[in-house]
Amino acid sequence: MNFAPILESLPLYLSGLLVTLKLLLIALVAGFVAALPLSTLRASHSPWARLPVWAFTYVVRGTPLLVQLFLVYYGLAQFESVRESVLWPWLQSATFCACVAFGINTCGYTTEILAGAITATPVGEVEAARAMGLSRTQVLRRIVLPGALRRAIPAYGNEVVLMLHGTSLASVVTLLDLTGAAREVNSRHYLPFEAFLTAGAIYLCLTLAIVALVHLAERRWLAHLRART
Amino acid sequence: MLHGYLPSLLHGLALSLGVALCSLAIAALLGLAGALARLSRSRVAQRIALAYTTVIRGVPDLVLMLLVFFGGQLAVNEIAARLGHEDYIDVDPFVAGVLTIGFIFGAYLSETFRGAFLAVPAGQREAGLACGMSRTQVLRRIELPQMLRHALPSLSNNWLVLVKSTAIVSVIGLSDLMLRATQAAGNTREPFVFYAAAALGYLLVTSVSELGFHLLTRRLALPSRGARQP
Repeated sequence: MNFAPILESLPLYLSGLLVTLKLLLIALVAGFVAALPLSTLRASHSPWARLPVWAFTYVVRGTPLLVQLFLVYYGLAQFESVRESVLWPWLQSATFCACVAFGINTCGYTTEILAGAITATPVGEVEAARAMGLSRTQVLRRIVLPGALRRAIPAYGNEVVLMLHGTSLASVVTLLDLTGAAREVNSRHYLPFEAFLTAGAIYLCLTLAIVALVHLAERRWLAHLRART
Repeated sequence: MLHGYLPSLLHGLALSLGVALCSLAIAALLGLAGALARLSRSRVAQRIALAYTTVIRGVPDLVLMLLVFFGGQLAVNEIAARLGHEDYIDVDPFVAGVLTIGFIFGAYLSETFRGAFLAVPAGQREAGLACGMSRTQVLRRIELPQMLRHALPSLSNNWLVLVKSTAIVSVIGLSDLMLRATQAAGNTREPFVFYAAAALGYLLVTSVSELGFHLLTRRLALPSRGARQP
């Protein structure tokens, strides 16, 4: 093992780490914001609201993230209308396309997680709120969503970890994220073990940090559901 | 519509399925070994299995695959050179892909199987031992069949994730569904059509698997009281 070239490439790893974190953050925020309304539709009683959202999440969850990324990055360029649209300068950027693909992907999974948490709302809570004279939107905003968001924390934590790992695919569309940095180092020095083990160790630290944060969040917001010891 | 590339895509799909099934076989073996190690009395075995599941589940599959593919290439050639072999040996991407995916999902399945083993009532094992069966007999005849029923929901989930993970073997050059779609897209300049076709292929596999697991769950479910009305 020869870690000297790795030490020299640390700035590359560091900038890769920043790219990874940036992609992760943008995808998670965009996906979560879109998933909030979608999940309420997904959990509604009306099939006209529920089924289109179900179809969207079904397709997103049934296909690999790599296919979704390629569809956005390479696929959209096939159409003349896309190449002439105002969005084209953005769609040429790998960073933008990666954010879009990752955002859509995590949106699909987050929608299902939140919809599951909304459906699990005890009926009594809603009935009590309605009996107190709250309107439907008030019930949703003050009773259903706060409870559902708490219940969704453990599953959403898993999704964050999976998304972190998913961002490694950005290296396939030429981005120099953490994995991209490792591939660069490997092709420069031909040190596959050192290059990828370093990236793997950083990913492991990030994963453990996310898991620890989720535990803190659970202690903070799910304390009432913890098993009493 | 697909400019005659349909047979090529179907070949790719078959290869993707082959990778997925071979990986599942390895993952099931590793998962079983990991679960038994976690549940064993030996501290060393417990620690090793815990480290395996934690580390593997903390690292992206693409990084592990690149590590196995490029690292394996280096290691194999170094060992071959020490043994006096002079030609350069290429690591087969199929082998590297199957080993990596199997190794990754072995970690996930060991968690699945551990939970499922714990869900089998202890009385079952004790009854088997009391009847004079050996510990391996109890494991094979009593615990394993009952464990599988509890493991089924999570097993189905992991299988779906595994099928989707196989898409990344295209990165190390295996001509699976993804790579064939990429080639066709390059030749025809219709990337959207071919990546959408690839997406449809994966969707088909995941949908059929989901249906299959649904039927299997119903078939293996214990007859519950009150399910049938007189």
